[in-house]
This record gives sequence, structure tokens and C-alpha cells, in this order.
Amino acid sequence: MADEKITVEQAAGVSKDVPEEQVAPPAPEEKSGWFKTNFLIGGGEAKRVALNGLLYQNPTFVLLLGMCPTLAVTTSLQNGIGMGLSTAAVLVCSNLVISLLRKVIPNQIRIASYIVIIATFVTAIDLLLQAFIPSLSDALGLYIPLIVVNCIILGRAEAFASKHVPGSSFLDGLFMGLGFTGALAILGAIREILGAGTIWGVAIPGISANPVGLIQSACGGFLTLGFLIALVQWMRSRPKKGGKQA
Amino acid sequence: MSLFSLLSLAIAAILSENFVLVKFLGICPFLGVSKKMDTALGMGMAVTFVMGLASLCTWAVNTFLLIPLGLDGFLQTVAFILVIAALVQVVEMFLKKAMPSLYTALGIYLPLITTNCAVLGVALLNTQNSYGALMSTAYGIFGGLGFTLAIVLFASVRERLEFSDYPKAFEGFPIALVTAGLLAMAFMGFSGLSIG
Repeated sequence: MADEKITVEQAAGVSKDVPEEQVAPPAPEEKSGWFKTNFLIGGGEAKRVALNGLLYQNPTFVLLLGMCPTLAVTTSLQNGIGMGLSTAAVLVCSNLVISLLRKVIPNQIRIASYIVIIATFVTAIDLLLQAFIPSLSDALGLYIPLIVVNCIILGRAEAFASKHVPGSSFLDGLFMGLGFTGALAILGAIREILGAGTIWGVAIPGISANPVGLIQSACGGFLTLGFLIALVQWMRSRPKKGGKQA
Repeated sequence: MSLFSLLSLAIAAILSENFVLVKFLGICPFLGVSKKMDTALGMGMAVTFVMGLASLCTWAVNTFLLIPLGLDGFLQTVAFILVIAALVQVVEMFLKKAMPSLYTALGIYLPLITTNCAVLGVALLNTQNSYGALMSTAYGIFGGLGFTLAIVLFASVRERLEFSDYPKAFEGFPIALVTAGLLAMAFMGFSGLSIG
């Protein structure tokens, strides 16, 4: 992730002359110019998108989107990360494609078009997982095709990708996806440690003898997420200490 | 396909394998539209209706279109979500013309159903379990009734929560999730319940 950021800022350093991409200018004639305005974005913009996705607008803890997979598959760290990365992959691809097509898709049928684009990528991910990581595909089962109706993806398509250039839409998808993965990993780790006494399948001495199985069941998912979001709300409601903590 | 198997399907879909509280399908509307009893009931009815209809339609599309053409391996998700989106649109237009009173009652909830994962979930489960037309429709309707039961129970608890005291950090979403957790714990009591 850190490497990702550096490369983006380096890329941005090369193209200092490219203006901020709020009002998209008419596409330039030459191919290279088109690439520049659409894919190279300023370092400040990249940082803002990254922080939004990872922290200030974290899809799970702040925007409260995509609750079904969040609760259903986070019975272990492995499943949480697997689900998070699958969703992130779909989000990156769909954001990129929707942003590229944003001037072609008519406004009236945009939601249907987005859903078809998203469903295509979900099918691709589903088949790839079945072929290369069958154990994960079995564990996540029904919830992989259900990524189609994950509100995060349609939400980012509508709120971000349809209004921004492909470069920043790609980054938004990447960091929103990573923020989602992080949240799922935290939730999965807590539920695995408390519910099974293991972490990434390795038994933890002391806890693994008598785990609280309830935490891995359906009600444990609701309770763990409830307490985690309460923690986030508590942290956000504390008085600010000079720094610009949100 | 007998009355008996229908009954056991009903018990599974409504109680022991409740779509919301056990399978985690349709959590977004469950948490989003459950502040008031009557709106929760309206949402539940709308979801039940669409789930039954969607089960039948996706069964037909799968059996008569996808399987004969050999497309069911990779086109299922795309085809089903399109069928559901189109269906919700048609239901909305039909209700607007034919039953305006019901339309205004369901109003804003209908478009939301497209992205309700319980609807796509039931369609996919039907094909996974290779249910027939009648069984699919029944599973959709019973699943919807299970959703209605869960959301109505949840809304009635949330109405009372308005007047109770809890830590400030839990305000809003967290306390709702804790409530849902306790409700799910109650539904765990039904697990293993089956006839036949």
C-alpha cells in the first residue's frame, strides 16, 4: 500500500503542469494528452482520496455500507480478507470502467448499466476464485455472487466514478476497497480470536482451549460490529486536541 | 412435492434459517427501514411480493433460457440481477396504475428492493438447490415472510429503544446492531428445528 502511494506521488511529480481535474476539459486531440489529463492526477488529490477511503469515509465504520457480507463472512480473518480483496478488485475495475464510460452512458439508464458492468466483473472474480482458490470460494459461497448488490460498489459508482476522471476513480476504488478490507480484517480477527481461539488458523495458547463459540455465530457478528462502531463513534465524539483529527 | 415438504420448507425459511437473522441476507433494508412499525411492515410486504415473483421469473429464465443455451455457468448472476431490476420496475409501474393506494404505501421502498441481497440470494439459492417452479416460488414467499417477521420484531424493539437510556457512543447504529444481535440469539433457539 505504501509503495502504491509513492508511485502515485512520483507520477504526480512528473505532471506538475496538469491542472486540478474538477471541471473535465474537452478531450485533447493527441493520445498522450488524453492519457495525461485522464490518468495522472495531483498528489494532493491522491492523498485526499486515499485518506477518505481508509479513514474519514471508511465504507464500513463511517458510511455504514455493505453490511451483509461484512457480517456474514467475517467468521475468520482469512475469510474477511478474502471477501475484502474480492470486493476491492470488483470495485477498482467497475470504478475504472464506469468512469471511462461516464460520458457515453445516458443518464436515464445509468443504474442498470452500472449493475451490468458490476455483475460482469463479479462473475469474472467468481470464476477466478473457483479456479484458483477453491477453498476460499467454498467458504464464501453464495456471498461472492452477492457482491453485485453490495451497496458500496453501486454507491461509489454513483457518487464518485460517474463524476470523476478515470485516474482518481481508480484510486478511489482501490482505497475504498482497502478500507473495506481493513474493516473486514479487524472484524474477522476479533471474531476468530474470541470465537475459535485461533488467528489465521493457528491456535493461540490460553484461548483456544475454551473459545466463546457464540461470537462466530450470527448474533456474535451483530454484537461485534455494534461494539466496534460504538468505539468509532466514541473516538470521533471526543474533543479535538489541536490536531485536525476528524 | 407434497404439502409436507412445503411445510418443512416454510419452517426452515421463516424460523430456523431466517434470511436476515441467520443467513445475513437483506441487512441493509433491515437496518435502514426499521425505525417505525408500519413502514417496516410495508417494506416486509413489498419484499415478500418481489421475492416470490422474482423466484418464479428467475426460475423460468434459468430453465428455459440459460440451461438450454448452456449459459448457466457464467451468465446467471448478470441475467438474474437484470431480471430483478426489470421486475421491480414493472411492479412499480403496475402498482402505480392499478393500485395507487398500495403504491403510495410502498412508495419509496420498491426501488430499494433491487439492491436487496435477499432477492438475488433467493434466486441463487433456488438454482443451487435445484428447486422446481412451485418450490422456488414458495421458497421466495416464505423467505420474504421470514424477512417480514424479523423486520417487524426488530422495528417494535427499536420503537421502545427511543425512550430508553444507553451510552451516548451507542446512539443510532450500534445500539440497533446490538439489538439485532440479541434478536439473532433468540432465533438461534430455532436452529435444528425441522419436520420430516
